[in-house]
Amino acid sequence: MAEKKIKIIVAKPGLDGHDRGAKLLSRIFAEAGMEVVYTGLRQTPEMIVEAALQEDADVVGLSSLSGVHNYFFPKVVELLKAKKLGNVLVVGGGIIPLEDIPTLKKLGIAEIFGPGTSTDTIVGFIKANVKSK
Amino acid sequence: MDIDYVAEILEGSPLAMARVMTWLENEDERARSCMEKIYPHTGNAYVLGITGSPGTGKSTLTDGVTWQLRNKELTVGIVAVDPSSPFTGGALLGDRIRMTRHSADPGVFMRSMATRGYLGGLAQFTRGAVKVLDAGGKDFVIIETVGVGQDEVDVMRVADTTCVVLVPGLGDVIQSMKAGIMEIADIYVINKYDRPGADQLFAEVQFRVDQDSSIKDRSWVPPVIATVAVEGKGEDDFLEAITAHRTYLEQSGKLLEKRRNRIHEETLQMIHHELFRIIRERLTKDSRIEQMVEEIMNHKLNPYNVVEKVVDEWLPASRLK
Repeated sequence: MAEKKIKIIVAKPGLDGHDRGAKLLSRIFAEAGMEVVYTGLRQTPEMIVEAALQEDADVVGLSSLSGVHNYFFPKVVELLKAKKLGNVLVVGGGIIPLEDIPTLKKLGIAEIFGPGTSTDTIVGFIKANVKSK
Repeated sequence: MDIDYVAEILEGSPLAMARVMTWLENEDERARSCMEKIYPHTGNAYVLGITGSPGTGKSTLTDGVTWQLRNKELTVGIVAVDPSSPFTGGALLGDRIRMTRHSADPGVFMRSMATRGYLGGLAQFTRGAVKVLDAGGKDFVIIETVGVGQDEVDVMRVADTTCVVLVPGLGDVIQSMKAGIMEIADIYVINKYDRPGADQLFAEVQFRVDQDSSIKDRSWVPPVIATVAVEGKGEDDFLEAITAHRTYLEQSGKLLEKRRNRIHEETLQMIHHELFRIIRERLTKDSRIEQMVEEIMNHKLNPYNVVEKVVDEWLPASRLK
């Protein structure tokens, strides 16, 4: 069997044009040996989940800087489960107030990475928590 | 949760199609029995190949053709290939960005594939992914190659119709006369036609097409289509050309001939791949390959007699001629 690659969708849900971070992370994930599907801006949860489905993604990374995370992040988790993709690891980042994080985690977002998180931490977390298929 | 992947694929389940494609890419043993069972259900989809240099607009054109096909209520599968890093093995797969308008359309299945070191413009298992989409009932399967140079022509061995996308500003008339990528086109697309130099490029490509007609016997003369893909201009001409080529292939019997050649080549390639896989696995398992390398380094052996030895050992029958 050939070496397995981690496939990750990097997506920006909602009306948010700030994608420097998402683009940089896409590069970082690729440098870490992952196969990264960057979906671009202004994605609906349905679009993100459809991408995860068709790409058979292991991970979905959501980035939000516009304050919509409390709606969009759990919605993505919910739709993934509805499509029998409950095994997909969902992580988030961007500008997320600390007090929102416990709720997001309870709703199935595995981890939230705020500004200043070292990229090693993010890559390490994903590699340690990705599930085999 | 046990899933009958074969049955699910035949019903067009995206989940099953996606998973089997992953197995193919990982050379997971589960892929093989699935592929065997879905194989009899392939051969119905029309396979379109879109190739060209990086940034010529292949993804945007793929998006445009998909839109046109969807308007005719045809379903579409897309396999878009992007390069893997030769250093890290990672890949940034960006073709999906151009196709977001189809992302919630159940009539479109789009899969990104990294080359994982495979040369020729496709990934090793692009062919397999095409078969999965075909068996899954897609009317059209579009293969978008990685951005190619002059010599990555594998797509013509998989596609029924091969489209070469060109843009102005990349070279003079001699470039368009060369062998390789320029000779595999069933259709030439000059994209970014609003850019300077487009008319000249059109004339140069047309010149090549005319030359070809005097050099070789050609019952199909590749049309040259002008498009501005980001504005959707020329999409309908493009689809018309594809349809015309398909009609030509079907009526002339060339489609069957093409597919027969494809099976021939593919079967040999699969045998090659499997033999190599087995031998590589055995040679690496007990580090024999490392010993051989050491001995070659020390000039005790050379690669030529090593090849002979290895082949003799694993395929003794080959020496019984």
